[in-house]
Amino acid sequence: MYVYDEFDRAFLAERVAEFRDQVARRLSGALSEDEFKPLRLMNGVYLQLHAYMLRVAIPYGTLSSDQLRRLAYVARTYDRGYGHFTTRQNIQFNWIKLEDLPDAMAALAEVGVHGIQTSGNCIRNVTTDQWAGATPQEFDDPRIWAEILRQYSTLHPEFTYLPRKFKIAITAAPKDRAATKVHDVGLRLHRNEAGELGFEVLVGGGLGRTPFVGKSVRAFLPARHLLSYIEAIMRVYNQYGRRDNIYKARIKILVHEIGAEAFAKAVEAEWEAIRDGALHLSDEIIADIRSRFLYPDFTPRADPPAALVAALEDPAFADWHRNSVHPHKVPGYAIVTVSLKAIGAPPGDATADQMDVVAALADDFGWREIRVGHEQNLCLPNVAQEDLPAIWRRLEAAGLATPNVNHISDIIACPGLDYCALANARAIPVAQEIAKRFKDLDRSRAIGRLHVNISGCINACGHHHVGHIGILGVEKNGQEFYQITLGGRADEHAQLGTLLGPAVSYEQVPGLIEDVVDTYMELRADPQELFIDTVARLGVEPFKERVYAAH
Amino acid sequence: MASPQQQKLKVNGPVAVTANRLTDGAVVWRTAQEGWSPNLADAVIVTTADQAIALLASAQKRDTDAVGAYVAPVVIEADGAIAPGNLRERIRVAGPTFELPH
Repeated sequence: MYVYDEFDRAFLAERVAEFRDQVARRLSGALSEDEFKPLRLMNGVYLQLHAYMLRVAIPYGTLSSDQLRRLAYVARTYDRGYGHFTTRQNIQFNWIKLEDLPDAMAALAEVGVHGIQTSGNCIRNVTTDQWAGATPQEFDDPRIWAEILRQYSTLHPEFTYLPRKFKIAITAAPKDRAATKVHDVGLRLHRNEAGELGFEVLVGGGLGRTPFVGKSVRAFLPARHLLSYIEAIMRVYNQYGRRDNIYKARIKILVHEIGAEAFAKAVEAEWEAIRDGALHLSDEIIADIRSRFLYPDFTPRADPPAALVAALEDPAFADWHRNSVHPHKVPGYAIVTVSLKAIGAPPGDATADQMDVVAALADDFGWREIRVGHEQNLCLPNVAQEDLPAIWRRLEAAGLATPNVNHISDIIACPGLDYCALANARAIPVAQEIAKRFKDLDRSRAIGRLHVNISGCINACGHHHVGHIGILGVEKNGQEFYQITLGGRADEHAQLGTLLGPAVSYEQVPGLIEDVVDTYMELRADPQELFIDTVARLGVEPFKERVYAAH
Repeated sequence: MASPQQQKLKVNGPVAVTANRLTDGAVVWRTAQEGWSPNLADAVIVTTADQAIALLASAQKRDTDAVGAYVAPVVIEADGAIAPGNLRERIRVAGPTFELPH
């Protein structure tokens, strides 16, 4: 966990007081809506279909149990008893009243949580691997570098009014769980042949109406140059990014239009001028940030412990263990994914009671730490394997132990037209119906890893372009229709999906997805060939022929 | 996607003016008394673009009661009841189309 200091706490308290005054002036009429809107957005407050929505950042996906409990308190006290975890390691409260927002923000600020950098044309909440610091795969804890970027970017005056929003993601493991290739800047932390720590820098990735996979502009950037290089990128973007057309203002458009090579050349030129200046990260600064992350005192334990071996005799526990428990870097420990995808529930939603359950589990078994992944699930990153049976029983009782992680029912979905003022079509009910069709665990397990991503509009908050099966809601003559893509992926081999064929109606989507899956089951080379690999081997045509013959 | 506020006004049938209440964001409808009501049944209904533009202009005179006003289609049912004219407005009136977590 990162430990906030007095400066952080004082800053947040001042920010809440400032917002409280802004809300009071808005309610009195002293501020017009045009004057107030940018102020509320800078604090993560949107106005959606039915109510205000507060988006709260969870920097690099890390929460303490106290913070999660406070989120539950806000959900229970100021909202309707639940929250929605998003694809960018944020949580959204969908029913919050403007007049209650200052009190809710004050409650959050007491535990170091806020909505800054969750909206507006600034550098947004920096995201990373939810297994950071726990997975045996990584070169370093990416949260160290995410925190350095957070401190650098928060309220940065030069980058508060960028041409458009700007999203950075970091992975420190070869297996990319942070979707770095579809961010404005993706950072891949690794070591060079000399053993030095550094980043491959990717720029210009992104989804939305014009999706691109990021281009590598530097194979190895020594880690100590992270801030100066990011600043060089931001300056080139700030100078050359378009401001005349909101749809062409993201950095991906600039990189695409001038080419990655020319963009990299401009960045390198800018960087040469600033690389050894004030943004140079000294060993002392890095050590100071690193020292504020407190790690559990891991004592290696039996791996596997006898208690776990005995518990695995229970088939239900064994199913969950096989699906939701992952290897830890320390023998005898494990990483647990907590599925927020109970069959038929809105993907990514957790009730206040469920948040309290997970916070209590973190207290009792997980060194008070919880993570949020971009797949809209929670994670207990550091638990002893011998505690897994007790953890499972409590998760099961709370409806949080559906063994469907990475299965077809582990669907990523945006709020869609049920909440969002920008959406054209619903996403959540589509996800619910698909999940119900695949609720049989044997069938779901036989299908294997399969990511379904659903967005309710072209803005792609559900990351549909990079779903193995992507579903995009569109509106035609007042009716909801859905375009289906196959073959997208968000990992280290990121690519955009290929359109399957004409859009289908809301009612047709679940059946069509079943046909796609049935086709895969017939065509796969063997039970080990994943859906994504079958699509890569055969293309979408065999799926198209089968699916559209049926519909 | 452009929000209704950003779209060109088209009036092909009965419409009302809707917005979100300032204090809590709740959906409200412009009434004949130049106020706002949470009940669609209280909405003033117009049928021409000129009427809709005038109604919208009246609704936008002050923004301390409701914000984000726009013209929304409605349907007059056989019994005279007013119903939302499209799925977006049906959801705004009735809430999300699935059971909320509890």
